Amino acid sequence: MEKYFSFEAPIVEIEKRIEELKSTTGLDDNSPEIRELRKQIEDLKNKIYSNLNEWQIVEISRHPNRPTFVDYLNSIFSDFVELAGDRYFGDDKAIIAGFGKLDGRSVCVIGQEKGKDLDDKVKRNFGMPHPEGYRKALRIMKLAERFKIPVLTFIDTAGAYPGIGAEERGQGEAIAKNLFEMAQIRVPIIATVISEGGSGGALAIGVADRVLMLEYAIYSVISPEGCASILWKDASKAPEAAKALKLTAKWCKEFGIVDKIIKEPLGGAHRNPEFVFNNLKSELIKELKVLSKFSPEQLIKMRYNKFRNIGAYEVK
Amino acid sequence: MMAEIENLWVKCPECGTVMYTSDLQENLSVCLNCDYHFRISAKERIELIADKGTFKEQFANIVSTDPLNFFDGKETYREKLQRTMERTGLNEAVIVGTCQIYGIDVELCVMDFNFLGGSMGSVVGEKITRAIEYAAKHKLPLIIVSTSGGARMHEGILSLMQMAKTSAALSYYKSNGGFYISVLTDPTTGGVTASFAMLGDVIIAEPKALIGFAGPRVIEQTIRQKLPEGFQRAEFVRDHGFVDIVVHRKELKDILYKLISIIYNNSR
Repeated sequence: MEKYFSFEAPIVEIEKRIEELKSTTGLDDNSPEIRELRKQIEDLKNKIYSNLNEWQIVEISRHPNRPTFVDYLNSIFSDFVELAGDRYFGDDKAIIAGFGKLDGRSVCVIGQEKGKDLDDKVKRNFGMPHPEGYRKALRIMKLAERFKIPVLTFIDTAGAYPGIGAEERGQGEAIAKNLFEMAQIRVPIIATVISEGGSGGALAIGVADRVLMLEYAIYSVISPEGCASILWKDASKAPEAAKALKLTAKWCKEFGIVDKIIKEPLGGAHRNPEFVFNNLKSELIKELKVLSKFSPEQLIKMRYNKFRNIGAYEVK
Repeated sequence: MMAEIENLWVKCPECGTVMYTSDLQENLSVCLNCDYHFRISAKERIELIADKGTFKEQFANIVSTDPLNFFDGKETYREKLQRTMERTGLNEAVIVGTCQIYGIDVELCVMDFNFLGGSMGSVVGEKITRAIEYAAKHKLPLIIVSTSGGARMHEGILSLMQMAKTSAALSYYKSNGGFYISVLTDPTTGGVTASFAMLGDVIIAEPKALIGFAGPRVIEQTIRQKLPEGFQRAEFVRDHGFVDIVVHRKELKDILYKLISIIYNNSR
């Protein structure tokens, strides 16, 4: 079943009228009445979706029909071979990692997967990784480095899992280690925030030469709900928090966190997934071509400077 | 009058013992009865570690701006910063500088929980990064004393990126022969734990300090059960392999000296 947001209600209203007209009067899609209504829908969509507020974008980024990492994996890459396990504790299914081909060239692909149906979601812990997920990701990146294969990561997580086991096995250490090591991986790294970039759990696979972000994805230091419960002791004030946090792609680009925004169809990726897969695929191919011109030393230096220069302060 | 009495006496939150504030201070703010380590300010910590008169503060003139125009419904972030600066006499949640420990030159960064919960925004990230880069350039051993609730939400995504920035700086420092001791004090959580705090070549913690990635309340709400006794305390974290030594405050300086003189100075 299609899910609609409250801000989409006027569109749904007209769509209903079209259906009614068609069934009661027998008008077809080519009739002037219906064409007029369809035009109204397009105009409304343009108007609504070009003025989305932060919270509406948060909702789109979490839409149940929004493509998840496996969809990108299947559509963009060929010959993918998944590799499992951190070699210390276990295999975390919230992160999928392996090697495949992009446009004929070998690439390392790592991403967070929230899961499709309920069983799958549970298996993947709703995309919230444990330390072993981050350690697996690092192991695979180090393997890619040895064979000079570029690394492409895909971010979609509410955050690293806050649980007893995760703490016992060093969630903080696992994330820190990835940030530390990714700073000096000697192959190109491109990270794409596909839906939800939740805090340190997202950044742990996000230290990259190029950071791309989908138009209706979010990237934030804390979830809007978390922020609202700290500031106002009330998680239901998440919409206000989303606004204050400026967690949209547009803002992230403005702050220099994101290099390029990947265009989505009107209404979000779920309305036309192929459109997004194609956009992202051609962008990844283009970026890789550019990055492959640099030596490992140049890459590391540029990556260092990229993150080194992020921050807002004044020297008095 | 009440305030004076309150200031004269202090009650240990751990065992309930009431003691003279002056006695407590003389005992390095460690409970005379149960050894509970009270939280101390960055300035007190520096006095505890640095040889008298050797601490030279660096990068003190870097101050926060308000990149998000963050408004929490009551005040702007700028107003909050101003108020916190006046209340604490600090200009940010970390003080960095050079000093000597029994005559050995070191680079020292000390966080202060009184300043917005020791949260890391752009300035904390920048000062720590500059300190690390300074230590790399001048071949100094590095000590960072952490206490933090995590990344500062008032600077949004910019705060998150300070984790990557400081970790990248440590990566550079260590691959150029640096030696880094991380000291974890109560509490060290969130984005600070998930970056420089957990990247020490040696990691030291104060007794019973809360150390973790997620805060205990968040974990309880997520898993809907009570957390086991001692969970996320320094001793627990050590027993799970993420802290080397739990050190009583009175021994901290001696341990730092020993580690640097035995391990680091051997290569020089």
